[in-house]
Amino acid sequence: MSTRALTLTQTTIGKKALMAVSGVVMVLFVIGHLSGNLKAFQSPRAFNEYAAFLRTLGPLLWVARAAILVSFLVHVKAAMDLWQRNKQAGAGASRYHGQKKQKTDWAALSMYLSGPGLLFYILFHLAHLTFGYYLFGEGNVFGVEGYAFDEMNPYNNMVLGFQVWWISALYIVGVAGLGLHLFHGLWSMFQTVGANHPKYNGLRRDLAVGLSLLLALGFISIPVATLLGGLPPTTETFYFPELKH
Amino acid sequence: METRTLTLHVWRQNGPTGTGSFKTYEAKDVNEHMSFLEMLDDLNEKLISRGEEEITFDHDCREGICGACGMVVNGYAHGPRERTTTCQLHMREVFKLGWTEVWIEPWRAKAFPLVKDLMVDRSAFDRIQHAGGYISVRTGSARDANETPIQKQIADSAMDAATCIGCGACVASCPNASASLFTSAKVGHLGTLPQGVPEREIRVRNMVAQMDAEGFGSCTNHGECEAACPKGISVDWIARMNREFVRAMVTAKDDVDARD
Repeated sequence: MSTRALTLTQTTIGKKALMAVSGVVMVLFVIGHLSGNLKAFQSPRAFNEYAAFLRTLGPLLWVARAAILVSFLVHVKAAMDLWQRNKQAGAGASRYHGQKKQKTDWAALSMYLSGPGLLFYILFHLAHLTFGYYLFGEGNVFGVEGYAFDEMNPYNNMVLGFQVWWISALYIVGVAGLGLHLFHGLWSMFQTVGANHPKYNGLRRDLAVGLSLLLALGFISIPVATLLGGLPPTTETFYFPELKH
Repeated sequence: METRTLTLHVWRQNGPTGTGSFKTYEAKDVNEHMSFLEMLDDLNEKLISRGEEEITFDHDCREGICGACGMVVNGYAHGPRERTTTCQLHMREVFKLGWTEVWIEPWRAKAFPLVKDLMVDRSAFDRIQHAGGYISVRTGSARDANETPIQKQIADSAMDAATCIGCGACVASCPNASASLFTSAKVGHLGTLPQGVPEREIRVRNMVAQMDAEGFGSCTNHGECEAACPKGISVDWIARMNREFVRAMVTAKDDVDARD
């Protein structure tokens, strides 16, 4: 018998709570991210001005980045711990002959797929639009002929990429996966932190469905609009000193 | 009275370490008024008279309140009928679904080691109960009704959780073999009543620590447990346990020991 004191983070409920809280931080970021991206529909200038504005935040930007990175690491670590544990519990979603799921849904059962899938999607996304300038410089992005970055024009960097069908396809699949993950994750979060009340339990589902749909469709609208010609590259030239690498 | 012949595929396994397999039996003259267990009793009589070893399964009260008779029937914990234990499942319900073949399996979870055939060892649940599923005051003889006034809604709600019979269907049906529904019902029914409130912090922490120590999985909010529960216990109790546990871990002045 051990005499260590029980700590919250070593328990299954504690790890789930960490996942819920870190998940909320990331969802808040994603909401902000989408609202910024949608400026593309306003004008190329508005989009680029917003990109430059983010760089003026200075230390605040680093605080936000640190919060997102820590949340991400905590979320992944807790998920892996619990996954390991659940595997050892000798379970499995279909361990009986002819078993049919009675209550759960596809989004919930695929969390172990959508989670790691999102990880790869995020790595691709960072390599493309966050660190792309360092990776490809002024050369061809992902080896695509005629697609090069202009550090003063994030708008063009984005829409020129979305004009490449397979880049758009990856983004659409990625954010659809995000929607699927949040469809279960958002509802699950309320349950995990114990936010339940008979009066509002219906609202928890509505919020999860509404927000995951809104985020997925919002992000998808940009590559789709680009492919349909609604967001043409701009010939305007910009100069924002903040965007200098 | 309707009688039918069913093909049964029953999980046979000699002991916890043996490798089991399905064995096929013909159950003749199954009548619609038999319970599922009576059908197995009948088959066992025939097996014994033929000199074969009977099928081992756990059972006790046969009136749906002891929690002993759990088994998985065609993929459903306790069979296909909602809010019904295996012993209370009548064969007419099986006939209604048109099943001619029935696959019968034990609960499958590491924390429920198999004893023999369809019988598993659920003493992990007992140990969770021992860790805090009680109130430490002298109970003596039965007290007068309404000696401690309790609001009707609270008493009803506590009763909803207290109906848990500890059968283990929640663990059996959970994709992660989590015991969250059981533990939350036991934490919740005492935690909502005035007699249980003084110890609620230590209770939830000790019971959750024991639940984890037994090797059950974690809750991923699928809700399969609620669907399988013969007493219809809601996953709302799990949310309540999570809330109570995190609050106790953060605010309690003393520590409880970790359990291995």
